[in-house]
Amino acid sequence: MSMAEDGGYNFAYLDEQTKRMIRRATLKAVAIPGYQVPFASREMPMPYGWGTGGIQVTASVIGPDDVLKVIDQGSDDTTNAVSIRNFFAKTTGVRTTEDTAAATVIQTRHRIPEAPLRAGQILVYQVPIPEPLRFLEPREIETRKMHALEEYGLMHVKLYEDISRHGEIATTYAYPVRVSGRYVMDPSPTPKFDNPKMDRMAALQLFGAGREKRIYAIPPHTEVKSLDFDDYPFDVQKWDVPCALCGATDSFLDEVVLDDRGGRMFVCSDSHFCATRRAEGHRGADPTNADAFLMEAAGR
Amino acid sequence: MTVMLEAQNVGKTFTLHVQDGTAIPVFKGVGLTLSAGDCVALTGNSGAGKSSFMRMLYANYVCSEGSIRVRHGGDWVDMATATPRRILEVRRRTMGYVSQFLRVIPRVSTLDIVAEPLRMLGADADAARDRAGALLARLNIPEKLRSLSPLTFSGGEQQRVNIARGFVAGHPILLLDEPTASLDAGNRTTVLELIEEAKADGSAILGIFHDGAVRDAVCTREFDITDYRVAAYG
Amino acid sequence: MTDTPLLRIEDLTVMYGNRVGCRSVDFDLYPGEVLGIVGESGSGKTTLLNAVSGRLAPTAGTVRYATRADGPRDLFAMTEPERRFLMRTDWAFVHQNPRDGLRMAVSAGANIGERLMGVGARHYGDIRGAALDWLGKVEIAGERIDDLPRTFSGGMQQRLQIARNLVTGPRLVFMDEPTGGLDVSVQARLLDLLRELVADLGLAAVVVTHDLAVARLLSHRLMVMRDGGVVESGLTDQVLDDPQHPYTQLLVSSVLQV
Repeated sequence: MSMAEDGGYNFAYLDEQTKRMIRRATLKAVAIPGYQVPFASREMPMPYGWGTGGIQVTASVIGPDDVLKVIDQGSDDTTNAVSIRNFFAKTTGVRTTEDTAAATVIQTRHRIPEAPLRAGQILVYQVPIPEPLRFLEPREIETRKMHALEEYGLMHVKLYEDISRHGEIATTYAYPVRVSGRYVMDPSPTPKFDNPKMDRMAALQLFGAGREKRIYAIPPHTEVKSLDFDDYPFDVQKWDVPCALCGATDSFLDEVVLDDRGGRMFVCSDSHFCATRRAEGHRGADPTNADAFLMEAAGR
Repeated sequence: MTVMLEAQNVGKTFTLHVQDGTAIPVFKGVGLTLSAGDCVALTGNSGAGKSSFMRMLYANYVCSEGSIRVRHGGDWVDMATATPRRILEVRRRTMGYVSQFLRVIPRVSTLDIVAEPLRMLGADADAARDRAGALLARLNIPEKLRSLSPLTFSGGEQQRVNIARGFVAGHPILLLDEPTASLDAGNRTTVLELIEEAKADGSAILGIFHDGAVRDAVCTREFDITDYRVAAYG
Repeated sequence: MTDTPLLRIEDLTVMYGNRVGCRSVDFDLYPGEVLGIVGESGSGKTTLLNAVSGRLAPTAGTVRYATRADGPRDLFAMTEPERRFLMRTDWAFVHQNPRDGLRMAVSAGANIGERLMGVGARHYGDIRGAALDWLGKVEIAGERIDDLPRTFSGGMQQRLQIARNLVTGPRLVFMDEPTGGLDVSVQARLLDLLRELVADLGLAAVVVTHDLAVARLLSHRLMVMRDGGVVESGLTDQVLDDPQHPYTQLLVSSVLQV
């Protein structure tokens, strides 16, 4: 008897009809890149706001031979990542991993792994608010028309306001993109640093919003362009220092507060990426704080 | 001489629906021809319908019967039946009207009011203002007043602004309703000069002048509308 | 004189169930002309305006507009995207209440720039420059460009609405009681602005108002409506100075002289 049957759960928790419904919605989403497809989001054993959309999408595409990785803000070992990974382990029995290259399905909250993904992998994003125009146009009827008629002037109004208020486009995460030259999409609250990774990614990207009941998708090798102005072009965040643990200069860094005197250091947000580099012998510039940080992390 | 305006069999009746549909006939069967270089004095007793007739020529009043044909460029336009668009065209290019009252739009300067007919003909703003300024100078409106709205001007000053506006574009047909009424001798003379210059330019002029001397000075003939009066009763 | 009217309305009727909104209205509008539509409440003037401006589908009749690319087109035979595009570029609609015609949550500059961005403007500097230019034209201080409309007075909001509408160089403007609700002195200033813009830009306009003074000031031609029908139409000064229809005479004689 598999663990799933032992616990009384169907494979991946959802019944087969529900999984089919979600796969149909997903297929439609893949056929219309960037378009938000409504779906009959189910009640899941965790509240809205905890990744129910991403979990339903993963549950519908995962099979017994898949290898699953779950990250939250780039890390495999935060509470949420661990809980979701355990959920799938219990209801599917599939092998789980922290190794990005070894995974076939990766569910993520708010980050894209640093290591480039390849054909055959599926990246599932957890999305809170799928509608990029929502903050400027609260009416659903209007936003649907705007997407249908490609009336995206309002999107640039938002960016214009940023520049007039802050001197630059201040949006640093959930930065709107145009998919395949057609639909404007919210990439989920990933940092804009990750937007270029979405462009022509070899893997399939699926987006699930449970509370809002929408699924959207970017098929492999699809053009994804971040919105900008000719004289204020899109650019990514940069840091003055490399990762304190592994010395990487091209990854997204999190800020770690060391003491209450303003001491801080910057470490890779993608925990697996950083560990891989350290295993290969890379080190940060200042070992003292780095070692203390790693010891504390190991102790947790 | 070239005929510029031909009114035939023109009649006017006012119907006052607000007073139980009372019909007030004014005149009937009026015929008048104006030629280039003419200056005709429109005369008649008070209440005979002089101003009404003039307004009908300008299409400000509806023409109850008859036709009012005007030479507009190479065409003839009947003001009694023409479309509003056509009438506005005629007023812009062919027919000018100096009324007794100046309708003032607040905040528009005297200079711009006078320049407007030239602007409507497509003239450049500065050139129009220059010509307007020159005409106002002739009519003794000092420079410092020209940038103000005529709202606070005296009756005589407003009248002179009205005259300047009427003469500035050099229309081929001019309708003047009591142009010298509130003017002193000096300004009256200037107006007479303007009329003579317009005549010499080939304009056809119809004017209502209550002052006999003025009439005799510039008008080539008289047209008495009293002959066409309709009695109100019987 | 061009022979094709910019807008041709033929036998236009709008019914609300059995109730008549407006009935069998015909008119043509040429470039540079301003048509005033006056009437009291319930006359059907707002219904007519909404129908001819594409916001309300008529029950019968046609609205034909001379498009730049394709010549005269039946407005309601167009697809919705075509009509919406037209209403965003070649046409403008000035609402009585500026709040209905503005985005209150974005700055004045963004309000003006939105239509430009909606037709593909992608240079921030140019968009901002155009916004400043238009603020000047409607006599709003340039330093207010980043302020929200809710910090503006009613008159300023209305002028901002006008700037927002005219920035894409429309050929036809619809106005619904543009000076309604404003103080008298503010009204005067706004009317001046409208007169100048219409003259300078060669706009055609349809202006609905219940105020005869506004109609006299702004419009070349006038249509008087009552109970859904047009009772009199013609040259503005003629309709107001020598009204023929009993209702028009009543309206004109009812206006108080100051």
